[in-house]
Amino acid sequence: MGRAIDLRTLAAMLVGVFGFFAVISPVPAWALIGGGLVILIGSALSPRALRADRRRSQPMSGPVVWPNPSMKAVAEALPDPCIMTDAQGIVRFVNDLAIQRFGLVSRGDPLNFKLRATALNDALERVVALDRAETAEWLEKIPTERWFEAHLAPIHFQPDPHATLRRPDFVIVVIEDLTERRRSERMRADFVANASHELRTPLASLTGFIETLQGPARNDAVAREKFLGIMMQQASRMKRLIDDLLSLSRIEMKAHMRPDAIVDVGELMWDVIDSLQPLANENAVELCAEIAEKPMPTMADRDELVQVFSNLIENAIKYGASGGKVDISAEADPQGGDQWLVSIRDYGPGIAEEHLPRLTERFYRADIVSSREKQGTGLGLAIVKHILTRHHARLQIESSLGAGATFSVRLESQSAIAHSPQINTPNGEQTRTHQSPAKIIRAR
Amino acid sequence: MADHIVSSYDQELKLLMTKIAEMGGLAEGLVADSVTALTRMDIGLAQKVVLTDARLDRLQHEVEERAILLIARRQPMALDLREIMGALRISNDLERVGDLAKNIAKRVTAMHGNMVAKQLVIGVEHLSEIALEQLKAVLDAFTTRDDAVAMEVRKRDDEIDALYTSLFRELLTYMMEDPRNISSCTHLLFCAKNIERIGDHATNIAETVHFVVTGEQMIEERLKSDGSSMIGSIGAE
Ligand SMILES: Nc1ncnc2c1ncn2[C@@H]1O[C@H](COP(=O)(O)OP(=O)(O)OP(=O)(O)O)[C@@H](O)[C@H]1O
Ligand SMILES: [Mg+2]
Repeated sequence: MGRAIDLRTLAAMLVGVFGFFAVISPVPAWALIGGGLVILIGSALSPRALRADRRRSQPMSGPVVWPNPSMKAVAEALPDPCIMTDAQGIVRFVNDLAIQRFGLVSRGDPLNFKLRATALNDALERVVALDRAETAEWLEKIPTERWFEAHLAPIHFQPDPHATLRRPDFVIVVIEDLTERRRSERMRADFVANASHELRTPLASLTGFIETLQGPARNDAVAREKFLGIMMQQASRMKRLIDDLLSLSRIEMKAHMRPDAIVDVGELMWDVIDSLQPLANENAVELCAEIAEKPMPTMADRDELVQVFSNLIENAIKYGASGGKVDISAEADPQGGDQWLVSIRDYGPGIAEEHLPRLTERFYRADIVSSREKQGTGLGLAIVKHILTRHHARLQIESSLGAGATFSVRLESQSAIAHSPQINTPNGEQTRTHQSPAKIIRAR
Repeated sequence: MADHIVSSYDQELKLLMTKIAEMGGLAEGLVADSVTALTRMDIGLAQKVVLTDARLDRLQHEVEERAILLIARRQPMALDLREIMGALRISNDLERVGDLAKNIAKRVTAMHGNMVAKQLVIGVEHLSEIALEQLKAVLDAFTTRDDAVAMEVRKRDDEIDALYTSLFRELLTYMMEDPRNISSCTHLLFCAKNIERIGDHATNIAETVHFVVTGEQMIEERLKSDGSSMIGSIGAE
């Protein structure tokens, strides 16, 4: 509750410092918007001006009070998003942090036009009705889960000596982001739940083999060799599962933060292709890359994007091996929009249409048998989707049975920043002379 | 916000829009909570959803009354009239969204904590994420009068339908595999159907936004491709 006290102190401070010279004249809002506080009053009161300004500010009732510059300066200095409303819940001031976090909150509009959370708006009503500070907590699920806690306090400009219940002039709303804290609490719980659920099967089978080796197969050398082989496989599957679950948790932790490093998509793709060349050789798959030569900068977490494209290409190699080749391309999106399009196409068995919408769900496998054979955990595409959500990027899957599959990723470009000098664009030099064992067809 | 003397027409209109936003916030919360109650088998949360839905119903009546009074007293024309009509239609859709969330919550209570295969619940959760995205986008589009966003929402409804169809098939497979799954799978099937219909209401709202902004009615029927006509009729709870 440390915050709530902070806020109350702040409210008291605001009232104390500015209360006496605050402008709460019965001047209607449009006069103040007009800019010239007192000078304009005369002209603004003319009927014509009244009509003209009718749409610009629409107070619910009574005279409208606007926060004075000093109040705004204090609100602007706060380390958290801060919004001030009047007693009718109409937004009168929004600090920069609030705009950054919640987008434009229009002054003169009710708070709930932008922030619809019921808990918040109920608390606002209570602050006005009961004239006391309140807190509200809510969860926003879209686009990624975020928890917020708002501290609300009433502000009176002129302390009322007779202490009769009076509507506050303003309500100050300070919003704290609890996401990080809540997420780490949740993460532990989710991890335990998922891990215990998914590890139970391989563990049971492992125990089964151990029991057999201790009992009936104790002296059977052939069986022992065979069982140890299977046990090794199960153990490595479990290891992969734990790794995948951990990386999913880590990505979920960061889901609400936008990555801020500049990464070149072309250079990154070459790195990924190089690292997967051995797997491709093993599966007799030819990697055909067509990477545009110009710089393709985007804002990203490099390691995470590597994970995305490794997963997609690995899938194409593993599941599409029968097609003998995988096409990989990266270019400016031909459909327009300032974005890069990376596509990975294989010529394998493809995926039946009914599975497509669900592939990115945790543990979902289109073909359970083949996925088990390939030691898949069913987490690869879930990780891909989470990473891409954090990057504001989109994944598109096109496939039908017998026709191979195409996975396309659209990443926002950072063309504006690309021309700035300090950008560490992947040495065009190196890209051009890059020797990759992959068959290279270059565009542009 | 609390009632008080309102004077100008603009103020009354804005108050009406505030009520719609309030309904929107409630509806979004109910959908999110009902699905959370389902995935966690949280009976307490399910009961809260059922109770809160009543508030949405009351708000809808209030919107209706205010809208009718506004039309009767002020006799608005063109855009103003469209805005009021839009508010009326949207409040209807939101009230239905609340009912659908309430249905899901009731199913949770009926399932007595009997969880079905985890993969299926993940599927229903996935469906609800898209429905919630649609609902949020279209409510934002209404307050900002953004026709482009509304039309985007309308296009995306296919995604929900495709996902629903896929879930539907998987649920049938489960039921056929093991008759003991039938009862819980049926509950889940209705939950999925309810979410799919929440998506339809988001689409309706998108069409209303289009009407408010441009004055055009959307006549062209949306193609329904959910391939599950079987449940289509009984799905209407
Ligand atoms: N290119 C593809 N062709 C055919 N099926 C695919 C392809 N890519 C993915 N799939 C199907 O989608 C499922 C999910 O893929 P995902 O990468 O999420 O999991 P996985 O490969 O089984 O496990 P992991 O990637 O963790 O090893 C796979 O099991 C497979 O059935
Ligand atoms: Mg994979």
